[in-house]
Amino acid sequence: MQHETVQMAHGAGGRLSQALMQRIFMPHLHNAFLDLLDDQAKLDLPAGRVAFTTDTYVVSPVFFPGGNIGELAVNGTVNDLAVGGATPLYLSAGFVLEEGFSLAELETIVKSMAEAARKAGVMMVTGDTKVVGKGQCDRIFINTSGIGVVREGTALSCRNLKPGDTIILSGTVGDHGMSIMTSREGLSFQSRITSDSAALNGMIASMLDVVPAIHAMRDPTRGGVAATLNELAASSSVGIEIDETTIPVKADVRGACELLGIDPLHVANEGKLVVVVAAVDAGQVLDVMRSCEHGRDAVIIGSVVDDHPGMVVMRTAFASRRIIDLPLGEQLPRIC
Amino acid sequence: MCLAIPGKLLELFNENGLKMGTVDVNGSKTRACLEYVPEIQVGQYTIVHAGFALKIIDEEEAAESLKLWQELIESGAFDIEGELPSPELS
Amino acid sequence: MKYIDEYRDPALARNLLQEIRRKATRHWTIMEICGGQTHSILRNGIDQLLPESIELVHGPGCPVCVTPLESIERALVIAARKEVIFTSFGDMLRVPGSSKDLFMVRSEGGDVRIVFSPLDALQIARANPAKEVVFFAVGFETTAPANAMAVWQAAREGIENFSVLASQVMVPPAMRAILSSPGNRVQGFLAAGHVCAVMGYEEYEPVAREFHVPIVPTGFEPVDLLAGILQTVELLEEGRAGVVNRYGRVVSREGNRHAQEIIRQVFKVTDRQWRGIGLIPQSGLGLRESFARFDAVTKFDVAHISASESPLCMSGSVLQGILKPDGCPAFARECTPEHPLGATMVSSEGACAAYYNYHRNIFQ
Repeated sequence: MQHETVQMAHGAGGRLSQALMQRIFMPHLHNAFLDLLDDQAKLDLPAGRVAFTTDTYVVSPVFFPGGNIGELAVNGTVNDLAVGGATPLYLSAGFVLEEGFSLAELETIVKSMAEAARKAGVMMVTGDTKVVGKGQCDRIFINTSGIGVVREGTALSCRNLKPGDTIILSGTVGDHGMSIMTSREGLSFQSRITSDSAALNGMIASMLDVVPAIHAMRDPTRGGVAATLNELAASSSVGIEIDETTIPVKADVRGACELLGIDPLHVANEGKLVVVVAAVDAGQVLDVMRSCEHGRDAVIIGSVVDDHPGMVVMRTAFASRRIIDLPLGEQLPRIC
Repeated sequence: MCLAIPGKLLELFNENGLKMGTVDVNGSKTRACLEYVPEIQVGQYTIVHAGFALKIIDEEEAAESLKLWQELIESGAFDIEGELPSPELS
Repeated sequence: MKYIDEYRDPALARNLLQEIRRKATRHWTIMEICGGQTHSILRNGIDQLLPESIELVHGPGCPVCVTPLESIERALVIAARKEVIFTSFGDMLRVPGSSKDLFMVRSEGGDVRIVFSPLDALQIARANPAKEVVFFAVGFETTAPANAMAVWQAAREGIENFSVLASQVMVPPAMRAILSSPGNRVQGFLAAGHVCAVMGYEEYEPVAREFHVPIVPTGFEPVDLLAGILQTVELLEEGRAGVVNRYGRVVSREGNRHAQEIIRQVFKVTDRQWRGIGLIPQSGLGLRESFARFDAVTKFDVAHISASESPLCMSGSVLQGILKPDGCPAFARECTPEHPLGATMVSSEGACAAYYNYHRNIFQ
């Protein structure tokens, strides 16, 4: 009997668990490490400091324009390694599946994880699957952990910002968050805003090839660019000033943000980069970014200042100023 | 109060006996109830609040007031004496 | 974006500002009624750009801010019920009652959902016939047509598992209350553009005459706001009272008659408590008897629930333009967006939250 949906037995370690492995996971993810079916992957790492990160993905809806939870889980962990100056190498994946989740959808997700890993040049070397009863999770949760090796000669840290530094943003803001929000049921949207989910390690490597002394990088995910800039300002005890007119926002993202009363700076991105670099290096870094697929729209958005340490201030189009604060929790559509 | 955004009516349809439409806001499309603007036609702009079109935008009036401001500027009624001082942080 | 970008043109804004500078010969205190305008003014830093002689004070036009604590408490009780799906605009979820907010009710198992339109709430009711779907119908006159239509349509379709917790308020009675207050400083008003889109501005003409104030229906974009301020300053300088419309592309004298008609059919004018301010006679809308079966207060028997506010919170004075947010001793100390004492610190368009988010420390 061929099951169409996830059964409790798929996670019980018996025949069905094996069948799930052979039918869904191995055909897409197989590699020299995974094929051994050991409980662990034994890895030889190149010389250098090891970077290690983990993240758990619970996005709803699981499928959205421009991607799904699977590639998000790969790209997100790859990016978390890369922004620290590490070359991402190996990933693990842990799946929590809700009883009754479609196996066809699971396969689509696994397939896109394999593609995302291939694109990013990383290997999925170990994994785990658990099944929970109907209603105990929302369809599928994925945890990925990643290992990389830090590039020699880099010292990226959010504590490295110096007054005078230049702040570069790799492209448009708010694409991922608004893609998710407008594809949720019950919000009367018929939009096709596409998520920006992408692995950035290729672009970051090119940037570090040219300027190894980049001061700091962050991928502005939850809380958006506003949260990232605030974290950077706080960690380095410096002020940040940005210019409203430089922030790129796609037309449809802007439309949806206006309609829902949401600030694009507070909205999550999954394929964007905030870069802090000495002013003298800014031009070179910007050129490299603009030559990469995921940095075509890169722009200088502001600079690091001595004033108002820990605070981010924006110069508006009208030459007035306002504080850019941390967003307060979840972004809610508002009517007023 | 009262976030209401201008959008362009793309199509009309009926739902549960209500006159509804798809409104384009800069490339994002949303549904709006058109019961309060029954005379609206596809291609016209309307103000949308909480899923309801509240007013068809008066395009002539809009063009006129913009033109008026522009003319005032050109006629020199607005005297620009250098840049405005911009507020500084202290 | 058509009808937005033209009104965010910095060159046009600069010219209007110059004209305001030229026209204003003395100190004037102008109130923008609407919280959406407060939000736009602070977000764009328009108050920083105006000459010092023009003082903007921020009005009570924020439905989230003025929804009385007892309505919030009733919402919390209803939302916690097993058979209820409680639906609300996103704005209301973080508003604190005396001990919790709707987010906390949701975390304790309440089915609380955000909707963009009241018709979405009605759709949830159609799709869940075994559940009771309640919509938190807050808002000023702008939102009244949407809320009224949901009830009217529920009645027409016979959707009996739908009800509303109504806390509708109206601008003109609040304006009169402000102007009648002994501490009043307001000399002219920017009237709320989208309220006027529905109601027109005829009803402001007697207010302008009676209290001898200029009232200028105004839009929400920076150029709209500056045009509204300029018009108000011109009227003040000339010593003229009256209503002059500066949002002509959206506002007409008679407003939207279709919307007014549905509001009249579904709602009747009632006395209403305003959070922070107190009772304003004839300032609210409640369901008419013919729609009483859609009233969540009677359906869930919560009329007995009442509540009182933190004595530290001075939002009443803020909402009436007597006190600026940063003049409150609790501002940014006991009272922050994470731990709000009053609703003006909760709503993104509440004056206290807008000051906290955009202005805190900038000019200190």
